Amino acid sequence: MIGRVRLGVVILCHAQLDVAARMARIWANGGARVAIHVDAKVSGHGMMALEADLADLPDIVYSPRHGCDWGRFSLVRATQDAAQALLDRYPEVTHVYLASGACLPLRPIRDLTAFLAQDPDCDHIESVNAHDVGWTVGGLNEERFSLYFPVDWRRRRWLFDRLVDWQRRLGVHRQLPKGLVPHLGAQWWCLTATTLRAILQDPRRDEFDRFFRFSWIPDESYFQTLVRRHATRIESHSLTLAKFDHDGRPYQLYDDHAMMLEESRCFVARKVWPKAERLLNTFPVPPRAEPDLGPPQPQRIERLINRTVRRRLLGRPGLYMQSRFPRKDAENGKTSAPYAVFQGFSDVFPDFETWLGGIVDADVHGHLLGPEVVEFAGRPEVGPGAISTSTLVRDHDPQGFLTALIRITPRMQVFQFSPRDNQALNWFMATDPNAHIHVITGAWMLPLLDCDMPFDDIRRVTALLQRAELQHLEVLNSVWVKARVQVHELTDFLARPQGLLLQALQGLPVQGHHDALPRMRNLDGLTDLLRRLRNSGLRPRLSEDGLPLPEITLSERTAAE
Amino acid sequence: MRHRLRSIIPDRLRRRSQRQYLIARAFNRRGALRAIADRTAQIRTPDILAFVTLRNERVRLPRFLDHHRRLGIDHFLIVDNDSDDGSGDYLAQQPDVSLWWTGASYKRSRFGMDWINRLLWKYGCDHWCLTVDPDEFLIYPHCDTRPLPALTDWLDASGRRSFPAMLLDMYPRGNIEDQPYAEGDDPFAIASWFDPANYTIRKNDFFGNLWIQGGPRTRTFFASDPLSGPALNKIPLVKWDRRYAYVSSTHMLLPRHLNLVYDEDGGERASGCLLHAKFLSTFADKSAEELDRRQHYANSKEYQAYHAGLRRGTNLWCSESRQYRDWRQLEDLGLISRGHWA
Repeated sequence: MIGRVRLGVVILCHAQLDVAARMARIWANGGARVAIHVDAKVSGHGMMALEADLADLPDIVYSPRHGCDWGRFSLVRATQDAAQALLDRYPEVTHVYLASGACLPLRPIRDLTAFLAQDPDCDHIESVNAHDVGWTVGGLNEERFSLYFPVDWRRRRWLFDRLVDWQRRLGVHRQLPKGLVPHLGAQWWCLTATTLRAILQDPRRDEFDRFFRFSWIPDESYFQTLVRRHATRIESHSLTLAKFDHDGRPYQLYDDHAMMLEESRCFVARKVWPKAERLLNTFPVPPRAEPDLGPPQPQRIERLINRTVRRRLLGRPGLYMQSRFPRKDAENGKTSAPYAVFQGFSDVFPDFETWLGGIVDADVHGHLLGPEVVEFAGRPEVGPGAISTSTLVRDHDPQGFLTALIRITPRMQVFQFSPRDNQALNWFMATDPNAHIHVITGAWMLPLLDCDMPFDDIRRVTALLQRAELQHLEVLNSVWVKARVQVHELTDFLARPQGLLLQALQGLPVQGHHDALPRMRNLDGLTDLLRRLRNSGLRPRLSEDGLPLPEITLSERTAAE
Repeated sequence: MRHRLRSIIPDRLRRRSQRQYLIARAFNRRGALRAIADRTAQIRTPDILAFVTLRNERVRLPRFLDHHRRLGIDHFLIVDNDSDDGSGDYLAQQPDVSLWWTGASYKRSRFGMDWINRLLWKYGCDHWCLTVDPDEFLIYPHCDTRPLPALTDWLDASGRRSFPAMLLDMYPRGNIEDQPYAEGDDPFAIASWFDPANYTIRKNDFFGNLWIQGGPRTRTFFASDPLSGPALNKIPLVKWDRRYAYVSSTHMLLPRHLNLVYDEDGGERASGCLLHAKFLSTFADKSAEELDRRQHYANSKEYQAYHAGLRRGTNLWCSESRQYRDWRQLEDLGLISRGHWA
């Protein structure tokens, strides 16, 4: 059975001819017939060096040279001619493998032959219907075939884009040759000689070539489409491991990939960095006594590459650094982990920070954005990750401060907030799905009860804080809010503090007992203060609904009398 | 008046004239450099070059050259600013070093950048050029398994011409003077600690670069005036062209597109780090000397702060410092990134 497969290889070389020569030698030594196409742009000197390099392998076929440009039909032409030359010279070849000069065989060629012999009539070529493809780079799927692409994308990008625009506007729609259904796929394939001959000797080949000459990237569609006309059975998967990044550039393989490549059990991988000596020396792995028939399992290395593409495109959420500095609202995750903000709780319960720190498995800070100093939990001189406690540094880049803190600490971050603090992050936190924001409106007024400032100062401070809070509430009530927000009026909260406090704790990793409420501030004199503020011309927001304290009605009646 | 002029002249024109001024300035300084050992004839087309200005760095040089040779620097082009500790003789003997001497003022040549721009202009075109100080050691993703040419080939293939590497100040545990540094020692065996997460970032809209501050220097020496702490953003690795010029140290370049080394759509680009081996036992002498010379940025404000700090036996270490392991650690912390260089 194995004897029936005679492998032929077409190698397309553009640069790094020394590596290409090495690859050709591997293929030839493995028993494959080799045809080499060298880009016409390579100097005669380079060509001579290649031929001299391979002088001891007289069976290698050199096909007519074409100047190849990425994404143009010249690549298909080069492949056609090289395949034709190979089949003409070696009619006994049963399978033809298309490879590049940077494609490194990972497993012995004998393994590949044995693998092909298991199903000798099968064509291994990735061929996906163009209507169903979602992965092509650049957004052109069907338009690859319906528009004309006469200019080079890499060298004349501007003209290329204009031509596409004009044709879209003019409604250009090329007619596909009858009987063709456009298919796309990786350009590296392994076809049976029968299928390949059928494609090359198709009576309508001139018509097809004329059509594909002006389509875009025909090397990814020409054989992939035509194989559907001629093949008996298609295994729609490329035997070459070739991954592309988001720009459509092939991934390079380096020495440190050796382990993973060996595990992947792919037959051929590209694209090898030409100076990756260890890879070039390790592969292909020496043949075992019995040919290994196992199919490729490239999932792991594909996962690695997909992960890095994702990192390039989406990045790590909540990271701001020298090579990732997203614009506002393009962050893909403003912060890296959930955090909670408590506004007003430390005003109602003076010991709230320590109490909460005792019952949740989280870092409970004081007022991180406070005006005097950054109040990290335990009030250290230097915060987590050596973040400065200086408000100057923090206010220089408040967003960087918060995101760095959340990213560097392993536990959840919880901190107190108030209208007294830096308000620069209000929008940032409100639009961050990681934020849990709990607000008791008007609670900021409670500490004013205990202070011995002159009344004029209290009035001024109240006006300032009230304005700050109103602005914050406007943010929290906007339609753009992504954070989980709970806002309670002070009056509502005081009516049933235990229930609402428990409700606020629900999103936190609570671990200890919390039967007892923390000590509550003495509220004596609040109504009096509110009345004085109102009478001084200010309109305290709190008093609109009136505090549900019995004194209020009483005092108001006395005022009326 | 000046302000009004600024608002009238488009930014592009202003940047262009500034770039031309810098190049002209560099050209004008050509007489200041005297070739001591000119081995530039050895430079081959694909070589990666390093450009360095130094003064009295004899003790740290062997390790510096070693590190970068191992990464894959093929040739060093070094300006010796009037050293008197034998640095010049040592460098002149190295087979892969071209050396120039100058006695001109460091400060009046824009802290050496005029000399470097001049050398870059003359020798750097179409080469990948690494511009570093002798106490800066380049680290990049995969640097333990892939040499620098792998990185530059990949940058070429991705169509990029500049690569950022933030300056990461390294310091020892305990007082700086406690562990003496001797020639040939690995500086990061002593100064192995760094600050993991206290960096502030702002964008400079005119030049397009990010302005990064923070780290141990801002935390200690500049505690009272943190906003004037040193800048840490650097773009040391550039595929040079005659039209390019460094503006201020290697913090930013012109034309502007070279500074856009970061992604603004949420993705990550590749970036590295310059490990800064400044805070070794050699530092106290150095800061005293530099303070006398007053040749450094902003009237040696940095050195004044250091000296004041060091007299008190300051150590830079704090309980939140992290000990350096490898580039993977830096990547996990988010100080560098491999981008899509898998």
